[in-house]
Order: sequence, then C-alpha cells, then structure tokens
Amino acid sequence: MSGTMAEQPRTAVSNPPVRALAANFGPQDLLRRSATSSLPAPQRQLTAVAKLIDVSKCIGCKACQSACVEWNDTNPAIGVNTGVYENPHDLTEDMFTLMRFSEWVNPETNNLEWLIRKDGCMHCADPGCLKACPAPGAIVQYTNGIVDFIHDNCIGCGYCVKGCPFNIPRISRADHRAYKCTLCSDRVAVGQGPACAKACPTQAIVFGTKEDMTRHAQERITDLKSRGFANAGLYDPPGVGGTHVMYVLHHADQPGIYSGLPENPRISPLVETWKGMTKYVGLAVMGFAAVGSLMHGIFGRANRVSREDEENAEKLVEGRPVPPPDSEERPG
Amino acid sequence: MTNSWTDIRNTDLVVVMGGNAAEAHPCGFKWVTEAKAHRGAKLIVVDPRFTRTASVADYYAPIRQGSDIAFLLGVINYCIQNDRVQWEYTKAFTNASFIVKEGFSYSDGLFSGYDEEKRDYDRTSWDYEMGEDGFARVDETLQHPRCVWNLLKQHVSVFTPEMVQRICGTPQDKFLHVAQMISECSTPTKTMTSMYALGWTQHSHGSQNIRAMAMLQLILGNIGVRGGGMNALRGHSNIQGLTDMGLMSHLLTGYLNMPTEAETDYATYMKSRQFKPLRPGQTSYWQNYPKFMVSFQKAMWGEAATAENDWCYDYLSKLDVPSYDILRMFELMNQGRVNGYICQGFNPLMAFPDRGKSTSALSKLKFLVTMDPLETETSRFWENHGEYNDVNPASIRTEVIQLPTSCFAEDEGSLTNSGRWLQWFWPAATPPGEARNDVWIMSQIFLRMRELYRKEGGAFPDPIFNLSWQYEDPNQPTPEELAKEINGRALVDLTDPADPSKVLVQAGKQVVNFSQLRDDGSTMSGCWIYSGCFNEAGNNMARRGTEDPDGVGVYPNWTFAWPLNRRTLYNRASADLQGKPWDPSRKLLEWNGTQWTGYDVPDIAPTARPDQVMPFIMNQEGSSRLFTRGMMRDGPFPAHMEPFESPVPNVLNPRMRGNPVARIFESDVARFGNSEEFPFAATSYRLTEHFHYWTKHNRVNAALQPEFFVEISHELAAMRGITGGGWVRVWSKRGSVKAKAVVTRRIQPLHCDGGRVVHVVGIPIHWGFTGAARKGFNANTLSPFVGDANIETPGFKAFLVNIEPTTPPGVVS
Amino acid sequence: MNQNRMSQNTIPDGSAQPSDAVHSGPPVTVNRYGPLQRLNHWITATSLILLALSGLALFTPALFFLTGLFGGGQNTRLLHPWIGVVLFVSFFIFFFQLWRANLPERTDVVWVKRIGDVVAGHEERLPELGKYNAGQKFIFWGMTGLILVLIASGILIWDQYFGEATPIDVRRVAVLVHSIAAVLIICIFILHVYAAFWTRGTLSAMTRGTVTGGWAWRHHRKWLRQLVGRRRIDPAK
Repeated sequence: MSGTMAEQPRTAVSNPPVRALAANFGPQDLLRRSATSSLPAPQRQLTAVAKLIDVSKCIGCKACQSACVEWNDTNPAIGVNTGVYENPHDLTEDMFTLMRFSEWVNPETNNLEWLIRKDGCMHCADPGCLKACPAPGAIVQYTNGIVDFIHDNCIGCGYCVKGCPFNIPRISRADHRAYKCTLCSDRVAVGQGPACAKACPTQAIVFGTKEDMTRHAQERITDLKSRGFANAGLYDPPGVGGTHVMYVLHHADQPGIYSGLPENPRISPLVETWKGMTKYVGLAVMGFAAVGSLMHGIFGRANRVSREDEENAEKLVEGRPVPPPDSEERPG
Repeated sequence: MTNSWTDIRNTDLVVVMGGNAAEAHPCGFKWVTEAKAHRGAKLIVVDPRFTRTASVADYYAPIRQGSDIAFLLGVINYCIQNDRVQWEYTKAFTNASFIVKEGFSYSDGLFSGYDEEKRDYDRTSWDYEMGEDGFARVDETLQHPRCVWNLLKQHVSVFTPEMVQRICGTPQDKFLHVAQMISECSTPTKTMTSMYALGWTQHSHGSQNIRAMAMLQLILGNIGVRGGGMNALRGHSNIQGLTDMGLMSHLLTGYLNMPTEAETDYATYMKSRQFKPLRPGQTSYWQNYPKFMVSFQKAMWGEAATAENDWCYDYLSKLDVPSYDILRMFELMNQGRVNGYICQGFNPLMAFPDRGKSTSALSKLKFLVTMDPLETETSRFWENHGEYNDVNPASIRTEVIQLPTSCFAEDEGSLTNSGRWLQWFWPAATPPGEARNDVWIMSQIFLRMRELYRKEGGAFPDPIFNLSWQYEDPNQPTPEELAKEINGRALVDLTDPADPSKVLVQAGKQVVNFSQLRDDGSTMSGCWIYSGCFNEAGNNMARRGTEDPDGVGVYPNWTFAWPLNRRTLYNRASADLQGKPWDPSRKLLEWNGTQWTGYDVPDIAPTARPDQVMPFIMNQEGSSRLFTRGMMRDGPFPAHMEPFESPVPNVLNPRMRGNPVARIFESDVARFGNSEEFPFAATSYRLTEHFHYWTKHNRVNAALQPEFFVEISHELAAMRGITGGGWVRVWSKRGSVKAKAVVTRRIQPLHCDGGRVVHVVGIPIHWGFTGAARKGFNANTLSPFVGDANIETPGFKAFLVNIEPTTPPGVVS
Repeated sequence: MNQNRMSQNTIPDGSAQPSDAVHSGPPVTVNRYGPLQRLNHWITATSLILLALSGLALFTPALFFLTGLFGGGQNTRLLHPWIGVVLFVSFFIFFFQLWRANLPERTDVVWVKRIGDVVAGHEERLPELGKYNAGQKFIFWGMTGLILVLIASGILIWDQYFGEATPIDVRRVAVLVHSIAAVLIICIFILHVYAAFWTRGTLSAMTRGTVTGGWAWRHHRKWLRQLVGRRRIDPAK
C-alpha cells in the first residue's frame, strides 16, 4: 500500500494519524533470522527501541493484559481462582503478557511490599528463542531490537520455549504455532507504541528509543532512591546482551523476589551446547562414521565367505571331520 | 470532588482512606502518579487491606473497617496538640470562633437531645448563640469555652494514639507516622488531598466519616487550594450526574429539596429556605433559591406554572417520610405494599444488601420492568439457578418485562465525572436488535400514560397533562434538546433591572448561566447548577480544548464544569485576607485591588473584598463548618460509632449499638448478628478487573478475574484450616455463600481494645449467575439492611461473618 | 579330536534360538530369522530412518529441506514423535526376543581386543563366536539404551501432550540429551548398516531369513556347531 513512512515513535500515547501509512520497517531490516546461515546484512540500522516497565508505578490493574488481548484479538480461557490474583495462571498462546503478584516482607523495614511485575517477552539482544529455532524464518530479529515470530514459518516444535532464558513463548494446541509478545511490531511500524503502553493508566509502561527509556529509567531510579529504595535500579540483563523490554525495580539487587525474575539470565548453556557444539560435533561424528565406512568399503577388502567355509559347513552338517572347536586361541 | 482530577497533580500528599483509588480509578490515579513523579508527592494508604493502591504507596497503615472517625479525630487531636494548624485559615474561613449556645453537650458517645425511643435527636441545642443583631456570636480570640474551637478540642481530646490503637487496631507507631506526615500539610505551602469513596460512604455513619476528614482538611487549610480538597471518587461515570439531577426521592434537580407533607404551600416551603446570612456581609448564595426553584417549575410545567398558582407547587409530590430510598422501597416491597417497579440501569438483586430480602421483595411485586443492556440477575430473580439462585419459579407471581436498552457506547449525551465535569460524548456503535435508548422508552411510557389519563381519567392528572413536553419529535427528545432545557432560557425578553430598555437576553434564547435566572417566571432551567452547559455559545460540554495556562491543571476549555465552569470549589480560600495566595507557587486566585483574578472562575462575587466576604458562599455563615449545627442527624461533630455488626463494643459507650439515630426497620431487627455467632469482621469491595456486575458479561474481564473469592489472613486460615485456592463457606445472619479462598499477608489481624484480635474477611462483589465469568455467589447475600443515618447509603463495608472450609458448589457453571 | 564322539553334554552354547535351524545342502542353509522377526526388524529400521531424517531436519538448518519428505515443517514436527512411539514399541518387541542371545560373554572380550583383525577381516584369528559377535552386541545394547533415552527425553519435549508436565529446566536438559542420543544412534545405525554390507552374505539373514552354512561357519561357528549338535538336521529343502 502506498503512503508516507511514519516517524520513529517517541511515546506510546500519541494518537494515530488518520491517513494510511506504510510500515516503516520490515524484512529488509533483519539482524537475525532463525535457522538461516546466510542472511544478507541489513542495509540500514534502525534506532533501537525499548519498552520500559516501571514496576514501582504499576498498580496491577491488568489494563495491559486486556489491551494485549484486544489488539492481538486472542481469546484467553476463563479459568478458575486458585487462590491468587494472577489470571490466567501462566502465559499462554492467548495471553502474551501476565501480571505476576508476589507478597514480600522487606527484612529491612519489616513492611509488606506487594510486588507486581508484568511478565512477557524481554526482546533480548541475543534471543535464545531464535537461536534454538530450527525453522528458517520462523523467528526474526529486527535491527531495532524487536524479536518477532513469523507464524507462517513456525512448525510448532517448542524449541523456542527451551531456548528462552525467561520461559516465555507458548505453543498453541490449536494451530501448533508459537506465540509471544510481539512488542506490537505492527503498531511500531506505523509510528505507534505498543498497545499495553497505550492502555497503561499510570504510564508505568512507556515506550520510545532505548536511549530515551534508559534515561527516563534513571530519573525514576533517582526518585525511588529518594523514597528510601537504596537498591533501585534498571533491569537490562547483560547476559542476553541487554533487552528491549526493561524493568525499573525497587530492589534491583534481588530480581528473584519479583515472581522469579532471573537474576542473571543468559541463554542456558544446555541450549548453547545443543545449538552449538552438539550440531558441529554431531555432524562431524556422523559424517566421520559415514565417510569412514565408505573408505573402509572402498579401500578395504570385503569380508567374503570362502569356498572352504561352505565345505566345512557341509562337513559339519554331515558329521564328517572338521577342524575342532577352539578353546580361546586358534593357531594362526 | 471539590477540586478536579487534573488538580491532584499539584499536591504534596495524597491520603487514600475510605477508598481504593488505584484499583477503582486506575485512569484518574495517574494524577497521583504525576504528583509523585513530578512534585515528589507522597502517598499514604489507610485501609483494612493492603490494596493495589497501597502497593505503590509510601506508607500503609491498617485500620479496622468502621473506625475511621476515631482515626481522623485522632489526627485532628494530634494536629491541635502539636500546633499543626493553619491558624489564619482556620480563624477566618471556618466557624471555629462561633459560639455555641448553652445546653449543647456530648458525653458517653451521645450528644444532647437524644431520644432513645424515637432513635432521633432533638437538634435545637446544636446551634449558635445568636446576638440581638440576628447574627451568630463569635469570639475571634477563641477563648470562649463554648466557641466551636474549644468544643472541638475537647471533643477530640479522648482520641490519643493509644485510644486510636484500641479502637482501630492501628499500631500506635503507624498511626503516629501517618499523623505526622499529614500534620506537615498545615503550612500554607504544603497541601494534602483526600481521595475517598465507598470505604467511607457505605457505613451507617458514612457521612460523618467524610465530615471528619473535611474538618481535618479545613484546619490544615487545604480546602479551596491547588492540590487540596475533599475529593470523592464517584463510582460510576455518571453517578455524579445522578445526584446532580436529583434522582433521589428527597431531591429536585440541583440539590433543591422535594417538599414534605408539612409544607402544604409554597410560602411555608420557602419560609425555612430564606438562608439569611448568619454573619454580616456574607453572601449566603442559597438566598437565590427561589430563582432556581421557580425556573425549575417553569421547566417542568411551562406556561401552566404561574405566580398565581405558586408555580404549580401543588404538582410536586410531598414526602411523608424523610425519603423513599432504596432500603425503604425494598422494605415496603417486602411488606407487599408496592405493586410495580421500573428498574432502570440497576441490578438491585446483586447490588442491594440482604439479598434474601431483595428476592422476597421482588417476588411480591405484581410487575417488574427492567431497562438494561445486560441480562441482569434482577431480571431473572425468579429463575432457578441451583445453589446460585435457589428459588421456586412456580411460587413467584411477578410479571417481569425486560426492555433492552442501548448501552453508553451507543448513546449520545453528557456524563458528569467526579470532578463535576459535564463531558459530552457520541455513540460509537448502534444498539443491537430491539434495544432502544432510555429516553425513547421513558417518552413512550409518558406519552401512553398521558393518553390513558385522557381516555380513562384518574386521580389528579393535572401534573401529567401539563408536563412541559416541547420537543420536535415528542417520541424521541434529542440529547441536545434536553441539554438546552437543562441549561435554561429566557421565556420573555430579560431586561436590565437598572435600565429596562436594555435587553440582556432575548425571549427564547439560552441564558448564559444561572446568574441570569429569575424568580418571577421569566426564566426556566431544568437544573440550575448545570446552567451554562449549553448556552448561546454552543454545547460547552463538547469542548475539547487542552490549553492549560501555566500548567496549573485547570484546563478551562475542556468540557464544562459545574458550577459556571469553576474547576476548584471555594477557590477564594486559596488566598489570605489580603487576597494574596497562601502559596505563591501555587496561585489559583489573587485580589488585584478591585477584583479577583487568576486561573479559575472565582467562587465568590468577583468584586467581593477579601477581608469582608468569606469563601464558603453557599453557607449562611460564609465560613465553613467545623460544627454543623443541626444539619446532620447524628451530630454536629463526628462521634465514634461502631458498625451495627461489630466485633468489639463501642469503647466510649458499650451499650450503644451502631449509629444511635440510623433507621432500622422492625423486620430487620432480628436479622442482625452478634460477634459470638459471627466472630469475623467482613468488608465488601471492588476489584480493578471488574465494574460491579456488568463486566462479568465481558469475556476479557471474566478471563482476568474469573471467579468469586474471599481474602483472609494466614492467621485466620490456620485457625480455620483453610488453604489458598480451596473452597470456603462464609455466612452471616442473613445468608450463606461459597467462595474460593485467597490467603494473603495483605490482611493482618488487628489487635484492638481489651486484647481482642479482629480478623478481617474481605469479600469482593462482582459475581452472580448471569454472564461470561464463573457463576458465583454474591457478597450482598451477607450484608446488612441498614444505611447511613443521613442519606441511607447501605452499610456494605462493615458487618460480621463466620467462615469454614467446605466442598465446591454442586452446580456446574 | 573325534567329532563323532561329541555328546549332547558338549554341545556348545552358541546362543541359538528356538527357531534357528540348519538344513543340509548342498548348499547348507541356516535359518537365522523367522518372517515375523524380519517384519519387526524392518518396521524398526524404517521408523529409525524416518526419525533420523525428520530429526536431522530439525537438528540443523542446512538439513531443514528434509521436512519436504514429510509434507512440511508442521507435519515433520507432528509425525516425528509418533514414529518414535512406533520405533519404541517395535524395537522392544524385538528386544524381548533377542536380549538373551546378546548377553556379554568372555569371547566378546577377546573379540574386542582383536578389533584390528575384525576390521581387516582376519576372522581366523578370532575365537569361535555364537549367534552374535561383540560388535553386534554393541549395536544391540547401544540401540536399546539410546532408544530408551530417546523415548524418555522425547516425551519430555513432546509439547503437544507433555508441554507443561515438567519444569522448563528439565526440558532444556531433555532436548540436549535427545539430540546427543540421536547423533549417537545415527552413528550406530551407520555402523550397523555398513557392517551388514561389508560382511557379504549377511543381508539375506534379514531378507530371506537364511544364511549359508559357510557364512555361519566363517562368522558364527559356535552357533553353527550348536545347531548341528542339537540334531536339528532336516533334509535339504
């Protein structure tokens, strides 16, 4: 569709323009593509974007969850109450983001803190899902940092789930494809921010360039420190190269208290091995076995049954004398 | 609200008590977030539960539901004892200096004049001492033993931190921390805002809860200033509109009063509504009452209302009881004395207390008409849903007629928000099927009734025949036609009283606002406080100007705020007696020598001198009231009263049960439980994921919070052997429900007077037997049938229950 | 060295199975595998081949094109675990028939020590062997162990039915273990197939079910002797 290109987004709350717009990034802007060895380098480098979730501002209202459902047109199941406020109880193929609630008593103040964290894809700079994915083009990473699933190419194997250090993607039992937060790549591509950021009433979720978001995070951290949160900080884990979804945490020294946010997430060494060494060594070993066999077959001599062998067999069967059974050693 | 949502960003301290702002108003709450982020404002939450508002608060203190008055009077006591009072403001702008007449007293929890039999007070002793000049006597030195200030000091003196702990269960150190943070806002340059809602109103002493905070805000000098105020967070997008338009049985529009039986003629009615100023030179704006009353009558009956017939005063119903509130109506229904009920946009079976009584009441009607976009439980009250609605349809003779209506997204009109902003909105969709809008339905009912009266006659049909119905299409008055009627217009040429040749408003033209309304029948206005919303400038409610000069948060061109587009009420109180703002960095109004100027429409005559005319112009005193005379049934000061069902006795008067003047119907006396049978203190409330009983019909909301649960502490769970996620039975004297249990640290046992440990059981309300969410039981099966002594808001927030683990309900949902 | 004086007490244990039999010739033929056993083997073999192909398609992007054989990536992902179930069931039916014959013996140690002679084809330097030599036993037990590992780890990563049955850490271990085991089993497969071709005359064991007497004499003499010793000498067919 023809039309002008949109500006890069600066904020999530700008209202959409009324004229049709072409997407301002696409397949030509891929930094990585799953199961693809020779991806041409992208012609340009898009400005890195980021979604910043300030957990200290979040009131756990779940507007983000409902906006995500509405925008992506999913149909989360109506479950039951299992004694918690989380609903649904885990990320699913119909629920790309989830408010997770943890009640934590701060040992320094003895006060209860109700830590409410919006869980979802972190859009890692070094995406474990993409590394694990065996289907070419099912997972892509744009140069702006967005990691997206291309469902037409997805085979539903679930490797991405294992590859992800945060256990995020979910496979649909209905259409056998993997689903996760897309960072609203379709909205970002026309100059909008993600639906969750648009809906968030307290602006706990904001969106813009990663640089701006990091700067904004520092302001929030300064404010938190002034309110007694000495260890407030930004969660942008280096183990995955940094992420394009970041958190401001009151207690950045203990990410685990926020419903099990990994302290130092990295792609699991098991996954690195599986998608790294195991592949090369495995292929080499199999190749060696095949080639070795071939060589042996070509240059070696076939192991044939001789005329004498057949005669001896006949003799044995007919009861005629044959060489005696050996006792471990044979003259030779 | 006295202020507005956008003004909250100007504050230094937000106190959320008697409400749960973040959960109930997540969008409005962003202004608190703004204040925190940009002004370093602090947030305090005082609540029986650690709510989602508390999760972003700087400080949280627990409190036993129903004991807020003790807490607030304790804070007032703290401020007085520690000299944290905005003295200039208090002396000039409150009735602190007014002298109360001899004979007024308070002891053992009761004020002078109590009649235990009648359950009422004789309030004549609750008044000022009047001078011979007809004005109230004052002592500006505040030395007189019976001046309001000294009476207040004495009244609150019993609420020491230790007493607060005994009554409220709030640990002393937490109470003191809160009191200290609040007391800092007594300086002119620090303000505090109070954000409250149903946690305060839904008690049998609800009005007094609010009074207590209002008094605190006044002595701190926080009313009428930027970032201050008493900010009621209304619970529905147009509930402010409901009260403004007088949809309560004792009101006409704009808070004019429905006459009573005793007021047999207009002269008698007006005799007690003279509103003469009680201090020299004060405005006492209600003196204009006749202008609004006559204009209202002209709007109702048009040409039929004339001076000769007292403006059709006889057409108005006369109240034979203080009010026909919902509790009384359902009581009458339950006695079989009501034939029919038109239930419009309401779900009483779910929303009213004591559901068993509601079911019984509805079953005795001859007919019930529901007007609603949703299939409500009320419309299906007769249908058996197993345990969830255990009725026998064969024994119910009520004829139920369901009229589907459009919903808000399919309508055009205005919604009045908490901040008094009338915001015009347009439809986004067309109604489905046979759904019609409410105006059409009501018009049809009226037109057909009128026709029937014409054909068949009936008792006193005059008000019906003469009801003004001047619409282009009588079947469907348009929203604009109605808005214009509400604004009001001139019926004849309005001339300048000083110069009769000068025509101010031509006949037939809209008045600019209520300042042009007259009491001689020359003007009409459907609702005087809304006048100005749709005048000759156009539909001011549809304006969407986002200008905010100097970023003060006023937004004068965004929609229309009543009254007169004034955004902060009592805003003259933002300046001292010389007219200089208390806080120059947060100026709202300033006196320039000849008139008031500033960012907002002055809430005072523009040329009223700052040292002469006091800011509270609706009051006869001109000042605000720390002492409310006889205007409230349960006391001129708030007194500590326990809920009717309380886990502990009233420490100030153990014999006193609940509010001594709250109305109890005889049929309900036996339906109150005691703490032996029902040892735990329940409270009902709302969650962010749902709006009352609507959103359970929406798949997204239902997925986000699918099933009815109750919240209890780990301690109570251990006591009763309850596990999180398991089924529990909760029962009160009125009924029994089953729910899932959420066991949480956010509810802590409260250690109250005499070593009593109070366990709180939290009960969110949103489930029923229709909709997309899991079928669930309803909190109001348990709640008591008693309301606030002044306004009859039911006491949903404090009652007694028992709890035990149980098996799941037998019905498959 | 008088064979005629051999009595039943000295019949060598060559791991012969009940259905094995020797028929006098010429030429002498020996029944090695019955019809059901052969069917069983070929079902097992086919499944393994299909699993290898579908697995390799998901193992490395360069081989993703192999999904075409199955009708695309989704089908490959869908079928692979089901074929794995077939393999498991089929193999273990076979397993319960052959395991006894594949138990290790002392001659296996000698065989292994003389692996150079094995590879060079100098069978005369090797002791007389029962039905299965150490190499074949290695194949057998290797397949057994690896198929067990593969089915267990495979089930853990079979998201369609078992996606939420275990924690994510367990699944990460499972996926690595599965791929390593798969590589190993493919190597064993290669070895097994090559050995079957290199040792001429072996194929007929699994196609027709018989081998020649000379084959048995050369490669599994103890087995042959046992069969003869059991006096299961039928007239030539």
